[in-house]
Amino acid sequence: MERRHVLVYVENINGRLNTSSFELLTKAREVADAFSGRVYSVLLSAGDDPFREAREVIARGSDVAIVYRVERELLPNYLLHAEALTSAIRRTRPALVLVSATPWGRSLAPRVAARLGVGLTADCLDVYVDESGEIVQVRPAFTGNIIAHIKTSSSPVMATIRPGVFSPPKPDYSRSGEVILADEPLTPPEGLEVVGLSRERSVRLSEASVIVAVGRGLRRREDVALFEELAKILGGEVAVSKPLVDSGWFEKERQVGFSGNIVRPRVYLAFGISGAPQHIAGMRDSEFVISVNIDPSAPIARHSDIFVVGDMYEIAQKLVNRLKAFKSYESRN
Amino acid sequence: MALEPGASEGNIIVLVKPTPDINKVRFDVERGRIDRSSAELEINPFDLYALELATRLREILGGRVIAVSMAPPHAEKALRDAIARGADRAILLSDKRFAGADTLATSYTLAMAIRKLGGFRLVLSGEKSVDGDTGQVGPEVAEHLNIPHASFVHRVVDVDEDSITVESDFGDGYYLVRLRFPALLSVSRPLTFRGESLEPRIPKLSDVLRSRRARIEVWSADDVPGIDFRRIGLTGSPTRVVKAFYALEEGRRPVVYKDPEAAVEEIIKVLRSRKLLR
Repeated sequence: MERRHVLVYVENINGRLNTSSFELLTKAREVADAFSGRVYSVLLSAGDDPFREAREVIARGSDVAIVYRVERELLPNYLLHAEALTSAIRRTRPALVLVSATPWGRSLAPRVAARLGVGLTADCLDVYVDESGEIVQVRPAFTGNIIAHIKTSSSPVMATIRPGVFSPPKPDYSRSGEVILADEPLTPPEGLEVVGLSRERSVRLSEASVIVAVGRGLRRREDVALFEELAKILGGEVAVSKPLVDSGWFEKERQVGFSGNIVRPRVYLAFGISGAPQHIAGMRDSEFVISVNIDPSAPIARHSDIFVVGDMYEIAQKLVNRLKAFKSYESRN
Repeated sequence: MALEPGASEGNIIVLVKPTPDINKVRFDVERGRIDRSSAELEINPFDLYALELATRLREILGGRVIAVSMAPPHAEKALRDAIARGADRAILLSDKRFAGADTLATSYTLAMAIRKLGGFRLVLSGEKSVDGDTGQVGPEVAEHLNIPHASFVHRVVDVDEDSITVESDFGDGYYLVRLRFPALLSVSRPLTFRGESLEPRIPKLSDVLRSRRARIEVWSADDVPGIDFRRIGLTGSPTRVVKAFYALEEGRRPVVYKDPEAAVEEIIKVLRSRKLLR
């Protein structure tokens, strides 16, 4: 098979490389090996030492790191990153380009695809090489009810990959690779100024190992305190279903579902959530699902490992009481 | 496709996607696409926010709000709804040759139509559609038009004659972004405009009646000057679904508890076995 290469765009908005970009390197290595090709990474650097980031991506499986150096204040300018990615694609002529499907990646990748006039597949769960040596992209469609396998006839094949699907490779700092400091200057695009960070994200549901989710069964906004207490004991986060965001009780950052966050915690506890398809789409990949609902016919039952028919308040309170007793017992011994 | 000088004067264009109710529609597994013929089409919920924002910006910037869609002929009703919700004009790009378009061909077609309209300050769209769920068309249209864009916009902070300042979700945080006109925004929900939370309006009866009499302009590919027929519809779409199947209904068979005490015991057992009790 002809040697073909894979190019990974590594996200660097604020001086820290996004770990979801490392996950792409796992897949890139696999595809590049199938083609006996190389893994290229491209990134922007505003640091004093451009080799620092290059070492990170080489340690995680890149053969070549292409680094574009920019002024610190230009680092969060996504149109500049689009320039760099376009230029790296023209330079390396890869068969496949991977970008993490973070909001940043989903804003930047379409611009590059349109500029090159190539196809782009959004939010993929997998990419593989089929028996005829062609790249196939796998993505959920239709609120996750359909899994579609997609081929792209233009080159390179471009895909954004849902964060958290692949595990990041263990870094091996003894790996050697080539570092290219790109010398062509990037021209700051006209008409766009990224003024700066305005607010930090207050919660990251996608990283929580336990999620205590509440839905329409919540009678008053302040009742969430009970579920917050439960989440705190379990070292988890409180999440909500869409109606509680629509009613203005909670920020969208806490919403699980198709139009909110896609989560896959180790345990997902759903209280008073009936299980609309749009909610299921956001939590179906959780490792273990426990749901509590007063309605024995609630659709969430089919997506649960434990389904409790009962009052969400009663069950949550009992859990809090038991866990507190358990904890104090543990700490006495 | 650079814009002519002076193109920033004028109108606000809203990209409106008529979408089927996702809970009712069928997916054609054989052909790997949504069976749109069966379903009534309504405005993609995310686009309603773009439309609402457009009417607010019109109060400040002037100009007209023009809704633009690429969809089958029976999407006309959704465009009437756009008029009832405040659009001054509605254009439906409808032609068999547009059918089967992926995001590249769709964004090219929309961009060519926008170029024909000319004289715009802003293009607005929803963050993504409920059926396609790619979120790609907005930024791709911006690239075809060679104008800046911001995606996942949650707040419009300020606007003046020449520029608009918004807060955009970059993933690791929310960033303040200033865009000079002409520009494209794809908006998310919740959406605030100068501190006020925006919700799509419910059209008044008089607006609904007025929209029934409104003229929906239907454009075919021949009505869009300079369009490259190789770049539209199925021909212009490099991505192809090669197979599609129903995601297996989760093999989760729940153990059902009705007794609260037993349920709590079991949940604690699970949490402990998964080492989640510290």
